[in-house]
Amino acid sequence: MFATIAYDLSHMAGAMVLLAGFVVLYQRRVLGVLRAFAAQSIAVAGAAAWQAYSQEAPHLYVTAAIALLLKGIAAPIALNRIVRRLDIHRTVETAVGIGATMLAGVGLVVLATLLVLPVTVSSAALTRETLAIALSVVLIGFLMMITRRNAITQVVGFMSLENGLVLAAVGVKGMPLVVEMSVAFSLLIAFILFGMFFFRIRERFDTLDLQSIESFRGERR
Amino acid sequence: MLTLTLLGLLVLLALGVSAPFIRPDRLALRLVHGGVGGVALALGIAAAIRLVAGGEVSELDLPLGLPWMGTHFRLDDLACFFMAAINLAAALVMVFADGYAARQPEPTRALAPLPIFLAACNLVLLANDAFVFLLAWEMMSIASWLLVLANHREDESRHAAYVYLAMASLSVLLLLLAFGALAGIDGDYRFAALREATERPPMATLAVVLAMLGAGAKAGLVPLHVWLPLAHPAAPSHVSALLSGVMVKIALYGLARFLFDLVGAPAWWWGVVLVVAGAASALIGILYALMQRDLKRVLAYSTIENVGVITFALGLSLCFRASELFDLSALALAGALAHALNHALFKSLMFCGAGVILEATHLRDLERMGGLVRRMPYASLFMLMGSLAASSLPPLNGFVSEWLIFQTVFASSALHDNLPRLIVPLMGAVLALSAALAAVAFVRAFGLAFLGRPRSVEAERAVEPGGTMMTGLALLAGGCLLLGVFPVVTLSLAESAAHGVIGVSLPAGAVGWIVLAPLGSGGAAYAGFIVFLALLGLAVGTRPLLARLWAERRRRAAAWDCGFPDASPSTQYTASSFSQPLRRVFGTAFFRARETVDMPAPGDARPARLEIRLIDPAWDWGVEPIRRAVEAATLRLNATQFLSIRRYLSLMFGALVTLLLIVAATQQ
Repeated sequence: MFATIAYDLSHMAGAMVLLAGFVVLYQRRVLGVLRAFAAQSIAVAGAAAWQAYSQEAPHLYVTAAIALLLKGIAAPIALNRIVRRLDIHRTVETAVGIGATMLAGVGLVVLATLLVLPVTVSSAALTRETLAIALSVVLIGFLMMITRRNAITQVVGFMSLENGLVLAAVGVKGMPLVVEMSVAFSLLIAFILFGMFFFRIRERFDTLDLQSIESFRGERR
Repeated sequence: MLTLTLLGLLVLLALGVSAPFIRPDRLALRLVHGGVGGVALALGIAAAIRLVAGGEVSELDLPLGLPWMGTHFRLDDLACFFMAAINLAAALVMVFADGYAARQPEPTRALAPLPIFLAACNLVLLANDAFVFLLAWEMMSIASWLLVLANHREDESRHAAYVYLAMASLSVLLLLLAFGALAGIDGDYRFAALREATERPPMATLAVVLAMLGAGAKAGLVPLHVWLPLAHPAAPSHVSALLSGVMVKIALYGLARFLFDLVGAPAWWWGVVLVVAGAASALIGILYALMQRDLKRVLAYSTIENVGVITFALGLSLCFRASELFDLSALALAGALAHALNHALFKSLMFCGAGVILEATHLRDLERMGGLVRRMPYASLFMLMGSLAASSLPPLNGFVSEWLIFQTVFASSALHDNLPRLIVPLMGAVLALSAALAAVAFVRAFGLAFLGRPRSVEAERAVEPGGTMMTGLALLAGGCLLLGVFPVVTLSLAESAAHGVIGVSLPAGAVGWIVLAPLGSGGAAYAGFIVFLALLGLAVGTRPLLARLWAERRRRAAAWDCGFPDASPSTQYTASSFSQPLRRVFGTAFFRARETVDMPAPGDARPARLEIRLIDPAWDWGVEPIRRAVEAATLRLNATQFLSIRRYLSLMFGALVTLLLIVAATQQ
């Protein structure tokens, strides 16, 4: 009885992460993107916490806390401040239309499901579906990075991709803390780097729109 | 023996590494050339003695190189034979090089790569795993590339070296893939493991094809020969001799090692492929040699012919082996090996001779030579011997091995499979044609260079150089004569090697001191020593006899002027006019030979011009389209160097999704 509840709840947490990924993709406003990303990170934290409880693996609580504090609260707030302080254009500048991106996202979920489910026939059902969802989240994060022009939205896409990795990591039994720690730290470093990067770009070009940076490099688009 | 050999190679490497640091004077040249020659002579003699004495196969594993693999060395009969052949030739060439290099504008440029080149060649022979083999092969390629580049101030050399480097890289890439395909995915790259594998992996056929292409590209088999006629003439003459006498033999060794030893029992078609490729190389190579004006290019194309002959014999041996006719297989292999040794000697002699002519006249163009027999009597004698050997005429060494190969062609009716039984005699006929054409080519080369009247001031004023250059020529020519008069020396070595590979001895009495009867007492026989004595007797005895019989009737008269009362040297045969009949018969089809005559209008005093255009089909239809395709692709792909971050990410994303799609589509 408990096994089914554990399965359903972790499944639901994974689905929430995926759904939040689509919400991130759908937003037309930068602040909205940040809020949706915060929601996704909180969902990841929830998934990790539930796995910690159901697998009786207390170190996963640490993972959940890291996800919640760093990615759910600190990162969105910091990015929010950057957007406000630098007075960035609040519209999401897309390279591919929102609708087309959503359709592509659906296609990626189908691909991930088709791919993971047959490959992992021998594994437990829970692991299989979590992996399928995690791969979808990773691919959607990647999609976010390549279909949005603004540097902030690219960072969000990158962190959303990391969320997918964390989801995959907590879904598998016995994954040591080291992995999640390294993921979290790499995220932190990437975040700091991107932050510095923003300021430097902003100082030099008065914009965070990558398009104008590209035109500065003298490239055709 | 193996340990001593490796120590010898270390000495060579040390010489090569220290050569750039010693003061470049006459003493240094003598030291390096003498050191290389000494080590080569020691290695060659030791290998020959071990081969005749029938030593055991020795192996040595050193914990060097890749940590999980180590390096493996092995010295068996096949390696021993090639070691004897290349080192003896190299040692004699070094005697020539001592005098020749000192007269070069920048003699030190070839000094460092020379010992390393020879060490790498020997290391290829000793390799007992794919890693050492490929490493040594690549070392050999790069060292020889530096040697070709020795005259780097000439555009011709740089172009030749570039083409050579590209073909050498192609060759090593193909061999790398061949070993990969042979060993399989989690394969063991030790030769011992490849040799003992009981069942062949499914990709073994691919491995065989790749090895043929890879070793063929290095050996200069048609249509992968394009680098050879460029690199040989561009290099200094002693380097040309080493390339042709040593390196090409190593490439053939690689082919033989792969096909006779590593892959296991042969399929019938391997031999057929080699037989056809060999005969084609022989014919096309010698036809091309016939039409060249540059003496060193003539020799380079003749190398292609001889590589073809050796490959033909290797293929024939494989055919016999596939039909389980082991004694004939051993005979064909012995013929191939003997021809490799003989070619190493006479082609080194010819290239060194071309070097002497180059030193004396600064000419490579046959159209401007002539009459050198009076100015350079000794060089012309040695070149005549080299030409006789290269035209496979008795009593010189080229005849013996080619005769042996033809003997095995006659035995090909014993083959079991129908296709080889049909193809081998046909290709044997092609080989016979190319042997006849080789005689024409060398009559032309020798006649134009040495006979007649000088066609240029340089040829008229040529002075024969002395010193170690001529000593080297004399030693090489002596070697050719010795091995021609006593073919038993070559053949007992080749027989031991063939016995080691095939496991069967030649028929008893096949190789004797006086008579050579390869097919047993019922077959054809050749007695080199008796032929030599007879020819010597004829030559020495005829003149006094004639002088005595017709002494009274001798009278003096004006020389017949052949219908050319004008005594200008330009009324003589030229290189192009000598080869015109054959060019018209064969060249029109093979090389698209076209002659255009530019006649001046009546009253115009300028001379008429006859222009001849030839193409090399392998270059114009093989290399050129590939070069153009690569260039076009490079230009297109160049745009990908300047994309935005988002586009690079998109490329990665596209690649990832494509791979995932492939996985999703192929899994069940």
